Amino acid sequence: MPIETVIRANQRGLALGEVYARRELLYILIWRDIKIRYKQTVLGVAWAVLVPVLQLAIFTVVFGKLAGIRPDGDYPYPLFVLAGLVPWTFFSQAVALGGQSLVNQQQMLTKIYFPRLFVPAGAVGGCFVDFLVSFAVFAAVLAWYHYVPSWQMIFVPLLVLLTVVASLGAVFLLSALTVTYRDFRFVVPVMIQSLMYLSPVVYPVTLVPERYQWILGLNPMTGIIDGFRSAILGKSWNFPTLLTSAVSAVIILLAGTMYFRNTERRFADIA
Amino acid sequence: MRTSHDSHGATFDGRSSTIQPLMPLPVVQVNNIGKAYRLGQPDIKNAMFRDALLATLKAPFRRLSELRQSNKGVDLFWALKNVSFDLHEGEVVGVIGRNGAGKSTLLKILSRITEPTEGQVTLRGRVASLLEVGTGFHPELTGRENIYLNGAILGMFKTEIDRKFDEIVAFSEIAQFLDTPVKRYSSGMYVRLAFAVAAHLEPEILIVDEVLAVGDMAFQAKCLGKMKEVSRASGRTILFVSHNMPAVRALCTRSIVVESGKIFFDGGVEEGTRYYIKGNLPSGSHPIVAFSETDTNEPRMTCVKLMNQGEPTTIFYMGDELTLEVEYLFPHKTASPKLGFIISTEEGYPIVNANNRYQRSGELDTPCDRGRIRCELGQVPLMPGEYTVSLWFGDSIQDTHIVESALRFRVIEYDLWGMGRVPPTNASAMWWSTKFHVDPIHKKLELSSDE
Repeated sequence: MPIETVIRANQRGLALGEVYARRELLYILIWRDIKIRYKQTVLGVAWAVLVPVLQLAIFTVVFGKLAGIRPDGDYPYPLFVLAGLVPWTFFSQAVALGGQSLVNQQQMLTKIYFPRLFVPAGAVGGCFVDFLVSFAVFAAVLAWYHYVPSWQMIFVPLLVLLTVVASLGAVFLLSALTVTYRDFRFVVPVMIQSLMYLSPVVYPVTLVPERYQWILGLNPMTGIIDGFRSAILGKSWNFPTLLTSAVSAVIILLAGTMYFRNTERRFADIA
Repeated sequence: MRTSHDSHGATFDGRSSTIQPLMPLPVVQVNNIGKAYRLGQPDIKNAMFRDALLATLKAPFRRLSELRQSNKGVDLFWALKNVSFDLHEGEVVGVIGRNGAGKSTLLKILSRITEPTEGQVTLRGRVASLLEVGTGFHPELTGRENIYLNGAILGMFKTEIDRKFDEIVAFSEIAQFLDTPVKRYSSGMYVRLAFAVAAHLEPEILIVDEVLAVGDMAFQAKCLGKMKEVSRASGRTILFVSHNMPAVRALCTRSIVVESGKIFFDGGVEEGTRYYIKGNLPSGSHPIVAFSETDTNEPRMTCVKLMNQGEPTTIFYMGDELTLEVEYLFPHKTASPKLGFIISTEEGYPIVNANNRYQRSGELDTPCDRGRIRCELGQVPLMPGEYTVSLWFGDSIQDTHIVESALRFRVIEYDLWGMGRVPPTNASAMWWSTKFHVDPIHKKLELSSDE
C-alpha cells in the first residue's frame, strides 16, 4: 500500500518519522549553508579560526588584564576564557543565524513543503562545523601553553551534545517566534549579548555565591561552559549546576520543538 | 487503509465501497476543504526599516488589542470553501480559473504548504509539488550542486539523483556550464536546469503550478512532452494549474474550473476551458447588437449578430468558423442591400475587409422591406486578441448606415494542429492555413552514380 498522507486542520504531533525519512535533505541544507557562508570571502574557512582567536585576544586583554578577573583554577586566563568561548560562540552564532533562518527562507516556505524544522536545524548544523574548527583552535592554544588536558576530556562529546540540544531548542523557539512577531529580529541580538554576561564566559561561576549558582544554571550555557572547564582544564565538577542546565536544555528543546510544530502550519500564511 | 476517516470521508468511502468493491481508492481525495484568511490582519512584512521600527513599537499594543477581540467579530475571507473532488490513478487534471479564484490556495493545501481551515485531504502515494521552478536554487552554487540541492528539496533521494544525473544534465542542455555558479547563467539556462530536475521527479502524485509559463517555446514543448510521456507510461496522477489553455488541452484528461473559491465546473477539458474563457470575457461586449429605431427613411440595419457554428458568441478559437448576420430594414423596397465590413485589431488597425458591392453574391430577386444578410467568413485566420467589426450598410448607390466598432470579439489561442503549442501570438495579426509539402530533390548526376 502506498504512503498515505492526511491533511486536515490543526494537525498536531511531532511527526519525527517524516523528519527521519527526509534526513538527507537536512544534510544537504547544512552542506549548502557551509558552502555559501564562505564563498566570496577572501579568507574562506580561515574566518572560523580567526574569529575565536580575535575574540580570545580581546577578552584576555579586557577581562583578564584590565578587569583582572581570575580564573577558578590553576590555569592561564586565555585557556579559561577559551573553554567558555568555544561553546558560547557556537551557541550565539547558531541562535543569531538560526533565529533569522525561517524569515530568510520565506520564499522557500511558500513554495514547497518539507519538514520545516530543517531550516533552523540546517543553520545550527552549519554553525556546528565552525564549532569543530574552533576546537582545533582550542587544541592549538592548549599546545602553545603546554597544558595537558585531564582524562575527563572523554566527557567533551556529551557536553557538545548538550550544547547542540540547547542551541536547537533556542533556535526552534526563536525562529518560530520571529516569523510570527518580527520584533524578535531586534530582540534576539540584544538577548544574545546580555546572555553572554549571564553566562560564565569571561568570569568563573564561583564569582557568584554558591547558594545562587543554580539560578545561573537555569541558563543552560552556564552548566555547559562550566562543564567544559571541568572536562578540558580539569577543574572540579559542579554537578548541581550542570544537572540544572542539562534539564533546562532538554526542556528548552522540548518546548521549542513543540512551539515550532504548533506554529509551523501558519508559516506560509504569514511569511 | 479504511481506518481513520472523519465524518466526510466515512460517508463517501462507505458508499463507494458498497457499490463498487473492486474500485481502487482515489489517489487524491479532497473532502469539503475550506481555507479562511482573516481580513484586516496587519501585514507583517515590513519593507522599510522605518516601517519596521514603527510596527515594532506599535506591535505590543496591536497584539494586545487583537488578543482581547480574538476570533470574535473578525472578518473571515474564504479563499476556498466546500471544495471536494477525487482523483484516480493516471488522471491528469487541469485546474483553471482566474487570478484570485483560489487555484493557488488549493495547490498550496494539497502541497502541504498551508493548512486547510476545515475539511480533509487524503493523498495516497509520494507527492511532489512544483509551484516554482528552481525552488531553493542558490546563485552562488554551481549547476551540479544546485541539481542535488533542488532535487533534495523536491523530495528526491541522493541515490535517485545520482542515478538520473546524466539524464538531467542531458535534458537541460547545459552540460558545459555544469560547474559554473548559476548566477552566471542566462535566465533561459537557469530555467532549463530547474525544469530538467523537476522533469525527472517520479512521484505518484505530481502537483504543478503555472511553471510552464517561463522558458522558451521549444523547451516548454519538450517539458510538456516529458510530462505527457511520464503520465501515460507510469499512471502518474497530475494536477496541473495553468492559464495556457492549449497546454491544458494537450495534457489533461479532465478539468476543474475554480471560481470564487468554489468548484465551478468539473469535467471534460474542452468544456472546462470554454467555461473558463466565457468567465473571462470583457464586460460590454455582446454577440447581438440591436440598433434603436430612428425616424430616418434611409435603409438601415436593425440588428447585427456574431456567430460561431450557429451560436451567438464573441469568443472564437483560432480556426473557428465565424458568421456575421445583419438584419435590415428598407423603407423603400430595394432589391439589393449592400454590406461591407472591416475587422480591425484592438488598436484600430484594419486587417481584413469584405463588401458585397464588389462581389457577385447574395442578390435578392424580389425586393422586400425586411431581410437578413448572412456573411460566412469561414475559418477565422486571426491570431489571439481582441478585434472589432465596423459595418457599412446601404443600397447600390450609397452607404446609409455606418457603425464603427459595432461588434467586438475575441480570438483565443487554440492548438489547431494538435501540437500542444500555438504559434507565437505577437508575431503577426493573422495566421494562414497552409499545406506544407516537403519533397526530396534527387539530383540527376550521371557522374556520381557509383555512390
